Amino acid sequence: MLSISNLRAEVDGNEILKGLSLDVPAGEVHAIMGPNGAGKSTLSYVLTGRDGYDVTGGTATLNGEDLLSLDPAERAAKGMFLSFQYPLEIPGVPALTFIRTAMNAQRKARGEPEISAPEFLKLAKATAASLKIEFDMLKRALNVGFSGGEKKRMEIFQMAMLSSRFLILDETDSGLDIDALKIVSDGVNAMRAPDRAMLVITHYQRLLDYIKPDRVHVLAAGRIVASGGPELALELEREGYDKYARAA
Amino acid sequence: MAAVKQTVEHVESLEKYKHGFVTEIDQEFAPKGLSADIVRFISAKKEEPEWMLQWRLDAFERWLAMDEPTWAKVDFPPIDYQDSYYYAAPKTKDGPMSLDEVDPDILATYAKLGIPLREQEVLAGVQGAPRYAVDAVFDSVSVVTTFKKELAEAGVIFCSMSEAIREHPELVKKYLGSVVPVSDNYYACLNAAVFSDGSFVYVPPGVRCPMELSTYFRINAENSGQFERTLIIADAGAYVSYLEGCTAPMRDENQLHAAVVELVVLDDAEIKYSTVQNWYPGDPETGKGGIYNFVTKRADCRGDRSKVSWTQVETGSSITWKYPSCVLRGESSVGEFYSIAITNGRQQADTGTKMIHLGANTRSRIISKGISAGKSSNTYRGLVSAHPKAKGARNFTQCDSLLIGKTCAAHTVPYVEARNGSCVFEHEATTTKLSEDQLFYAMQRGLSQEEAVQLLVNGFVKDVLQELPMEFAVEAQKLVAISLEGSVG
Repeated sequence: MLSISNLRAEVDGNEILKGLSLDVPAGEVHAIMGPNGAGKSTLSYVLTGRDGYDVTGGTATLNGEDLLSLDPAERAAKGMFLSFQYPLEIPGVPALTFIRTAMNAQRKARGEPEISAPEFLKLAKATAASLKIEFDMLKRALNVGFSGGEKKRMEIFQMAMLSSRFLILDETDSGLDIDALKIVSDGVNAMRAPDRAMLVITHYQRLLDYIKPDRVHVLAAGRIVASGGPELALELEREGYDKYARAA
Repeated sequence: MAAVKQTVEHVESLEKYKHGFVTEIDQEFAPKGLSADIVRFISAKKEEPEWMLQWRLDAFERWLAMDEPTWAKVDFPPIDYQDSYYYAAPKTKDGPMSLDEVDPDILATYAKLGIPLREQEVLAGVQGAPRYAVDAVFDSVSVVTTFKKELAEAGVIFCSMSEAIREHPELVKKYLGSVVPVSDNYYACLNAAVFSDGSFVYVPPGVRCPMELSTYFRINAENSGQFERTLIIADAGAYVSYLEGCTAPMRDENQLHAAVVELVVLDDAEIKYSTVQNWYPGDPETGKGGIYNFVTKRADCRGDRSKVSWTQVETGSSITWKYPSCVLRGESSVGEFYSIAITNGRQQADTGTKMIHLGANTRSRIISKGISAGKSSNTYRGLVSAHPKAKGARNFTQCDSLLIGKTCAAHTVPYVEARNGSCVFEHEATTTKLSEDQLFYAMQRGLSQEEAVQLLVNGFVKDVLQELPMEFAVEAQKLVAISLEGSVG
């Protein structure tokens, strides 16, 4: 599914990713853990094509197709979805309008017909209910005045509505209390599918109690320095990143 | 929701300025330049009574003694007032015509602009779609006014200004120049001397005008100015909603548009006046050409509990200088101003409002949304004043500016004068930059950069767009999107 090879990227002339390689096969959930400043968020932005994150070497493909030459919207239409660590507020644009506009833009890019209004509303209602989101909240301007937990739930809502193929969750657990974490994790787990894969970026093992990864990778100083099963996360929780940071 | 979708679709199918075509027709011009003889020529063309000619000549005399205002934050080379035509009209017979007599090329022009001039077409339109009457002004003259008969049955007079001067002199004499005096300002004074046409509306006491009224202004002729004059009177307890739209061909020369709009509102009456201004803005790269839009608009809320609501969407013109204002004379009268002003390319706008509280318990509300992109400059200039008798006057002003890119400018110049201790004025202002974070967020969800800008901008202007009559709100939203094409990246 997602294949990254020897990826190098810089921000303002500073190299942040220094030859990162990673494979996430379809149907799997991989966790990326690592200390602050290791390049975790940079990886998510490079994969989704944010301006100012310049790729200087290496490749990244989704199902064999090059991602790096596409603009952000094209990557989204191919199935890349990033759940933001700090979701943005969009004043004056109701959440429903935002997500419907995005859905139709993606459909158009793929040459599919637009979603009909009744079909859209039915889907939105069912998805909102599964994430315990009040439907009225979707009529408010997206994320404006929402709590941290509500914003994260809105990210998962959008992810489910768009039904994207490759999901990147950037620090999705930050700012969540235990109840919200449970709801968000259930939402994410419900999207596990044989033709979908996920990259879960987190500082803490806690989230991985809820979203069980198939593989865990340690990212330090711009590279994957260790990989293992779920037990690696537990080891990191006990012993910290020190040994990897030094090794890098 | 649907509107946003339409915006997104629509933009891709449009060129930057879609109204920039020229209609090839035979036109009649006054000799180039400005003099008392030209004023007489215009008056004679319109077969005006002597009092009207004297009014014009008096205005011309006063204009000669006036200086152009220079306080606005706009910059342009001196205008040569002798190098322009002050009267241009399609060659046809005089006076109002039936639709069959109008030059087919002109009808085609309006069809191309999407303005319904055939009543039966409006009537045969989508079921449930609101109907509206149109006065079509082509350069210096009104070519046709629709639904006059139906409006007359309700007692509403809707006709061109020329016709009103001939048919309803008592109303014109009583109200013309009573809100914007002849020598109010340089451009208004020029207008008084050479105004050619415009719309006249009178809604009698207690009548709610049965449909939306609109005037569609089109400048077509080269090197000509347009000086229309609009007068709307809502008698006691009357209500009318009126909309004006404006477009012009793309030309390399600057053309002057100096209009005057006067609104008179008597006891318990209400006028809702909406403008969608899309004059040719000039070349976005060089700044060459475009309309100088120097307009004086004022409402006099003479009656107690009278109300005026100005809504404007200003996207065109190379320079805009305009301050639709309310004189709140009647007790408990209400003035509202909702504005979206967009500047892109090399456009300059200095626009805002004046709320002059004279009567007790008068209220006003100002919501202004300025968007600057390209190398443009966008200034909000507003005055809120309360005179000693305006006890309990209240104003709320909200003034938001949005900057797109790094080479544009936004300015806010509020003037507040409270001359009694019982008034409450609130002013809120924000300036924000369209954030790259927001843009990336929307693009990550699948929107192209242009679509992302449109969505964010539509959110920014939503409070004002929803004040427009429904059928124009969608149009205005499209216009907002088109005006900002290519503003990022």
